[in-house]
Amino acid sequence: MKKITPIIWLCIVLCFIYIPILMLAVYSFTDATIVGADITAFSFDNYINLFANEELRGMIVGTVVLALVSATIATILGTLGAIGGFYSKKAGKRLLQSANQIPVVNADIVTGFSLCVLLIVLLGVNKDTFVPLGIGHVVLCAPFVYLSVLPKLKQMDNNLYEAALDLGATPAQALFKVVLPQLIPGILSGFILAITLSLDDYFITTYTKPSTFDTISTYVVNATKGGQTEIKTALWALSTLIFLIVVIVVIVMNVTSSKKKTEVNNEKI
Amino acid sequence: MKLRFNRKQLCIPYAAFLILFVIVPLLVIIYYAFTNGEGQFTFDNFVSFFSSTNTIGTLIYSFALAITTTLVCLVIAYPTAYILARSGFKKKYVLLLLFIMPMWINFTLRITALKEILTAIEGNIAAYPFLNSVIGMTYDFLPFMILPLYTSLLKLDKSLMEAAQDLGASKARVFLRVTLPLSVPGIISGITMVLLPSMTNYVVLDMLYNSTYIMGSLIGSYFNAYDWNNGSMISLILLVIIFIVTLVTNRFSDKDDKSGREVIL
Repeated sequence: MKKITPIIWLCIVLCFIYIPILMLAVYSFTDATIVGADITAFSFDNYINLFANEELRGMIVGTVVLALVSATIATILGTLGAIGGFYSKKAGKRLLQSANQIPVVNADIVTGFSLCVLLIVLLGVNKDTFVPLGIGHVVLCAPFVYLSVLPKLKQMDNNLYEAALDLGATPAQALFKVVLPQLIPGILSGFILAITLSLDDYFITTYTKPSTFDTISTYVVNATKGGQTEIKTALWALSTLIFLIVVIVVIVMNVTSSKKKTEVNNEKI
Repeated sequence: MKLRFNRKQLCIPYAAFLILFVIVPLLVIIYYAFTNGEGQFTFDNFVSFFSSTNTIGTLIYSFALAITTTLVCLVIAYPTAYILARSGFKKKYVLLLLFIMPMWINFTLRITALKEILTAIEGNIAAYPFLNSVIGMTYDFLPFMILPLYTSLLKLDKSLMEAAQDLGASKARVFLRVTLPLSVPGIISGITMVLLPSMTNYVVLDMLYNSTYIMGSLIGSYFNAYDWNNGSMISLILLVIIFIVTLVTNRFSDKDDKSGREVIL
């Protein structure tokens, strides 16, 4: 009796989390236009529309390209910043750390609005060049790359770099062949985190984007205001696809990480 | 040509980037908040915010919504994190993933899903604006509350609870006097993850047909009206609120505790 209550609680919370997503997924495979309506026929029309509609396709591609580009720049900047900051003197290190923390604790809306005022209003940068949008997304992502690389630097054996130099490597070689390879797990998780942050962002995007460009977030918000049923149900299909991708990525990452763990355990034995 | 550099210098591009695009924008915000359209120094934006019943109402509504959301999240997340962290499941982490996975799905799409369900249940969702906004925010931010609570509850030394029990404390007493105080850093970091975004994320309200303004909506409407000065004043007020919350929470938080977004991977 006692053991059942916690399980029931977990199930209730899971229902709250998943019923909306799963209901939407089920209805995305039907011709119904309202969730909860009687299902008369199954169809793939929503999925066909999602890829046939040029506007929708462009918006999805734009979102992904923006995320990849800004995550790449953020990863390079954040990683170099973490390495440089780690070896700097105490005062410099602390300053960098605090500046890095500002976008992390700040509300995205303030970050976005302040960048808009500086770049677009004060400096007159043209929004259509995508420069403000790109900068905005890098500001959003780079601090988290910095934070995921830093622990790896702390774990690293500092003597290796010195040894490489003693053995005749230039600082650049030592950096690329000795330091960076050890940071790769941190850099990689920072990069993935950067992508998810960029994909999910609404506020920085709205305040810095070109007026004709939309990411998934801004597009969905505008679509809920307009009444086009075809687009509304195509977005159900998009939501379902993203859900499936997330599930697959989580499963793959777990399988690979648990494989690694068993390998390590086997080596120990 | 030989590339010569010092390792410290590697942080120069990032430091320059942070100064230009994080610190300078905040200074610009302060400048705009205390000037008018002609660039003259003025307290008008400040005075008009605190003398208008509309904007003060917005501030109060934001706090009411944010505090309610935070409490609801805490009430749902604490038992969940507790059960997950204390359970004997072999693969606790996999179970946890089940609860935080939604945060990787775009939040506008998740709110769309919630809106469809709420419409199916309630009919006209505009009839319950506050309730639906709390549900929407909770739906959006729950993973960010579960995660820090789980991490801090997982770290707890089990022997402390056993010791308290051996010394004759009842189960309720063990929880109230040992477990709960030790999980305060997790609670605090969860609160910061939920409280601030739910004061500003006006998209959730918009999508659920709640036309009442919160602090974020004010910035949105000033942005649409090209009123940079008043928009900056609202941003500045939000910055001050964030600063105060950070100061307060830093006193409680555990140095090793990462905030929610950092622990995602």
